[in-house]
Amino acid sequence: MAKELWKGNEAIAEAAVRAGLQAYFGYPITPQTEILEYLSRRMPELGRAFVQAESELGAINMVYGAACTGARVMSSSSSPGVSLMLEGLSYIAGTEVPAVLVNVMRGGPGLGNIAPSQADYNQAVHGGGHGDYPRIVLAPASVQEAIDLMSLSFDLAEKYRMIAMMILDGSVGQMMEPAEMPEMKPLTPHKFDWATDGAIQRERRILSSIYIEPAAEEVANLRLANRWKEVQANEVRYKEYFLDDAEIVVVGFGTAGRVSLSAVRAARAQGIKVGLLRPITVSPFPYEVIDQLTGQAKAFLVTEMNMGQMLSDVRLAVRGRVPVEFHGRPGGVVPFPDEILREIQRVNGADLSVHTDPIDGWLTRMAEVK
Amino acid sequence: MQKEIIIAGFGGQGVLFAGQVLAYAAMDTGKAVTWIPSYGPEMRGGTANCTVVVADEEIGSPLVQHPPLAVALNLPSFDKYEGALTPGGTLIVNQSMVDRGAKRADIHTIFVPCNEIAEELGDKKLTNMVAVGALLSSLTEIGLKDLEKALEGHLPARHKHLLPKNFEALRRGYEHAQKELDKVPA
Repeated sequence: MAKELWKGNEAIAEAAVRAGLQAYFGYPITPQTEILEYLSRRMPELGRAFVQAESELGAINMVYGAACTGARVMSSSSSPGVSLMLEGLSYIAGTEVPAVLVNVMRGGPGLGNIAPSQADYNQAVHGGGHGDYPRIVLAPASVQEAIDLMSLSFDLAEKYRMIAMMILDGSVGQMMEPAEMPEMKPLTPHKFDWATDGAIQRERRILSSIYIEPAAEEVANLRLANRWKEVQANEVRYKEYFLDDAEIVVVGFGTAGRVSLSAVRAARAQGIKVGLLRPITVSPFPYEVIDQLTGQAKAFLVTEMNMGQMLSDVRLAVRGRVPVEFHGRPGGVVPFPDEILREIQRVNGADLSVHTDPIDGWLTRMAEVK
Repeated sequence: MQKEIIIAGFGGQGVLFAGQVLAYAAMDTGKAVTWIPSYGPEMRGGTANCTVVVADEEIGSPLVQHPPLAVALNLPSFDKYEGALTPGGTLIVNQSMVDRGAKRADIHTIFVPCNEIAEELGDKKLTNMVAVGALLSSLTEIGLKDLEKALEGHLPARHKHLLPKNFEALRRGYEHAQKELDKVPA
């Protein structure tokens, strides 16, 4: 299929449709509303379900109910809206049903603003709803990647009976790029052996997140933990740029990652041996490749559009063997390549320590911004 | 090759569409391209801008602080982007909407009376296409023909009757800017 110019949010919506989305439940919020708007037209046209719920709470619980039937279902929202969905996400995780959620992140905390941000990394990857549950989190950096990961989200959610989230910042959602859509998948609903899709000539099934007996809940928790080991072993995805001989490794996901690519190219042109690792799955996180890169790198530079969240995961992988530095723009500010280039130059020239908190140096440098 | 372009003006001047037409032309000629709008609660009646990046490899940042090329369709945009351009860059200014000359000597500032040209063609809405035509004089990676084809290929069918006027607007803008460029000593 030929490339077309797609806006990120609309591309995500169409990619979901082509991946066999059967029901969408959502509530409008900038900067993701185009997903809902596009599907409000597209889904009824195909005879599929679209519901604009009364709130995010309603939407996520509709997703929960529909997911129990084994249908391909999703919702989408932006940061404050996703916060409202967390209770429902925990129930979905506890019930072990597959569901897909897209978070087009904006500046926060609180009402914040509608500018691009990556501040919900921890919420998506480490936190979220109550209880002990893993979830898959994908972070596209371009419109094409968002299209490709949309289809993958459904596949992974179903394969592991788990929530698959796609987190992107508002600029990927609002940006237009040439991209190729996959063919429309025929709607052939899966027959899952757990789905509550009508007990006709079979035993009744029950789906629930209630385990009154702690010992039974522990068994359920351990089942999730073991399943997560499988996800970690098989589903890590990332993209490497100029890493072969890199002595400085920049790590950034989504938009911070692609902005870093411009900076890395500029630094290479100046003869600095720098490369970029752009995690595509931020959960499962690419710990192993960072562990391996620690052998060749003299320093890491983590770039994020937040106050240093993925930074913790990188430091966990590096385990204090080499310095890990940080450059972040929180609050809805998107970094420019020039400032990341300056950071690469600084890291290249500085005598760095593994014993200092990278946040301290970052805060000192940020005091001089503006 | 990578070129970054910022197109800025008032909401309603067709700033975003002008950028999209460029993006279509870049895509149709096999280039990598990103188009990103300023989006915010202040859109209505306020200023609008979009950034277009054209390259022949995977594009990193879709935003740029110091572009080599910019189009300012009104005075606030002229004020904002004149200082931002990279030295040696080219700024296309809609002369119809500004009341001052250029402040910088290290960039090419090309004044084009976009509104007047559009009005001569009988439709004020062609202002943005006049400006895009002028921009092409300094964006050699995309030809006038590429842009015409992009308009033809991607304009909704109900607007197809407007094509000849749009082509004319592009050509007039291009020719005006070319004449201004010819005056610049090499």
